[in-house]
Amino acid sequence: MRRLPVPFASVTLLALGALTLAACGQASNSASSSSAAPASSSAAASETASASASASASTDPCSKESLATLTAGTLTVGTDTPAYPPYFVDDKPSNGQGFESAVAYAVADSLGFAQGDVTWVVVPFDKAFAPGAKDFDFDINQVSITDDRKKAVDLSEGYYTVNQAVVALSGSKGAAATTIADLQGLKLGAQVGTTSLDYVTNVVKPTEKPFVFNSTNDAKSALNNKQIDAIVVDLPTAYYITAAEIENSAIVGQFKSDTAGGEDFGLVLAKGSALTECVNGAIASLKSSGELQKIQDKWLSEVTKAPYFS
Amino acid sequence: MSSDVVVPYVDPERRLRRQRRGRRNSLVASASTILFFGVATAVITSTAGWPVVQEAFFSPEYFALAWPSVLEALLINVKIFVAAEVFILILGMLLALTRLSKAPALMPLRIVGTVYTDVFRGTPTLLVVLLLGFGVPALNLQGVPTDPLVWGTVALVLSYTAYVAEVFRSGIASIHPSQRAAARSLGLTGLQTNRYVVLPQAVRRVIPPLLNDFVSLQKDTALVSVLGPIEALRAAQIIVYGKFNYTPYIVAALLFIALTIPLARFTDWLTARQERERSMGTR
Repeated sequence: MRRLPVPFASVTLLALGALTLAACGQASNSASSSSAAPASSSAAASETASASASASASTDPCSKESLATLTAGTLTVGTDTPAYPPYFVDDKPSNGQGFESAVAYAVADSLGFAQGDVTWVVVPFDKAFAPGAKDFDFDINQVSITDDRKKAVDLSEGYYTVNQAVVALSGSKGAAATTIADLQGLKLGAQVGTTSLDYVTNVVKPTEKPFVFNSTNDAKSALNNKQIDAIVVDLPTAYYITAAEIENSAIVGQFKSDTAGGEDFGLVLAKGSALTECVNGAIASLKSSGELQKIQDKWLSEVTKAPYFS
Repeated sequence: MSSDVVVPYVDPERRLRRQRRGRRNSLVASASTILFFGVATAVITSTAGWPVVQEAFFSPEYFALAWPSVLEALLINVKIFVAAEVFILILGMLLALTRLSKAPALMPLRIVGTVYTDVFRGTPTLLVVLLLGFGVPALNLQGVPTDPLVWGTVALVLSYTAYVAEVFRSGIASIHPSQRAAARSLGLTGLQTNRYVVLPQAVRRVIPPLLNDFVSLQKDTALVSVLGPIEALRAAQIIVYGKFNYTPYIVAALLFIALTIPLARFTDWLTARQERERSMGTR
């Protein structure tokens, strides 16, 4: 008895399946591009609105009403969780305490948003400056300004100049290091995707491969467990770790910045965001009025001077 | 006997018909394969989103950038996998035999075995890795190693022994009781029965499902990345976060797949050989 030509049936089915998948891919492509389109067209609209506003010189383009925020009248700010001191307090960015929380509210105030108009969303650190659509107006999360990141997102002017520092357990191998050569023999740890890791890879160049963790918390655990000799974090975080989190730990030293002008923290905005100029204006005015320095003195004054590595 | 391959006699007309049909089948198979893949490729590469997808996931520049570091880091995965596999096979077999034994004196071990299997099959492997990789070194016990690779491997061994023990158990239980009865009637002791009759058959029977578990183990070595060592996934991730291109993930994926292919082909060959021996030339 002759069998039906099964291959043709299965080929047809499979081809139909492939076509369906491709069509779905195209549909979701056009869906995502069409969802991106309103954002860019609203950005364009706000730009033309601000252009015409400055032409007519009647409304401030950076006022609360003309800013093209995600939700009209509300400023959406992103940060990661847990939110660490001294940048935030009690993991509650909305309480206005902590250096970055205070800076965020100061920038919001400069743009015309009262404390009640600001909502916070949780954004994982790496996602904040990865390319793609954003669900925040700006993100504040100890994000250092680098050229690579500027290709993916808009970064504001710096609001804090930071150095990287090394933390080790007191009396351990790492605690005695004074030069970069001393650090090369150590097992170093850092969080993935951070400029701290870049320092380890490019400046220290340890002989043993560094340990790379998903978060600073994991790096701290490993240090506490004596699985690594030292971790690299920014200086304020290093201060907080040694003062409050890991007993008998100490800041071994800090690195001289390897970027011209120093490494700065910047606010993260979506690439080509309409808010970038206004946010930069807000930061500039906070700097010139001395408000930024006051916030820094209040929350980061205890960040001690640590010895520099030679 | 000149050879041990039995060639059955087939009437020449029938052989010719079979050959013609065979050739027609391969022609149809090749034509449909070419047609299907040709249509699929043409459709996919002509969609509007393809250039963006290709740049983000299949960029040749970032492929070349990521290849050396991910390949070097893959060595760690291989080390973990090889070390873990040996222990898993041994411990899995012991656990299976313990749970299947009927000796009353071994009752507490049977209870431990059952609890162990339930606990480690029910707990996510990542959780076990975190618990042992960060938790045990935190106890600061004397003489206990703190190396994350060691504890990551131990976590994988504990997790996978539970699965593999169950596979062995089902294999042993599937051997027909007549085999044991026949062995007994030949005068073999229980231990000899296991060693010469039951286990050889059981192990051969469960090789394909065991392969499933070991391929899964090879991929789960990537979980050790949360403990800090730079293995293949983490090496890819470092480049992805630095350059914002996702091609390094594809590089890591391809390398993991390549790792599993030798084992898969070896198992295919093993099962084909078994079937050839069993059917004695009729297939």
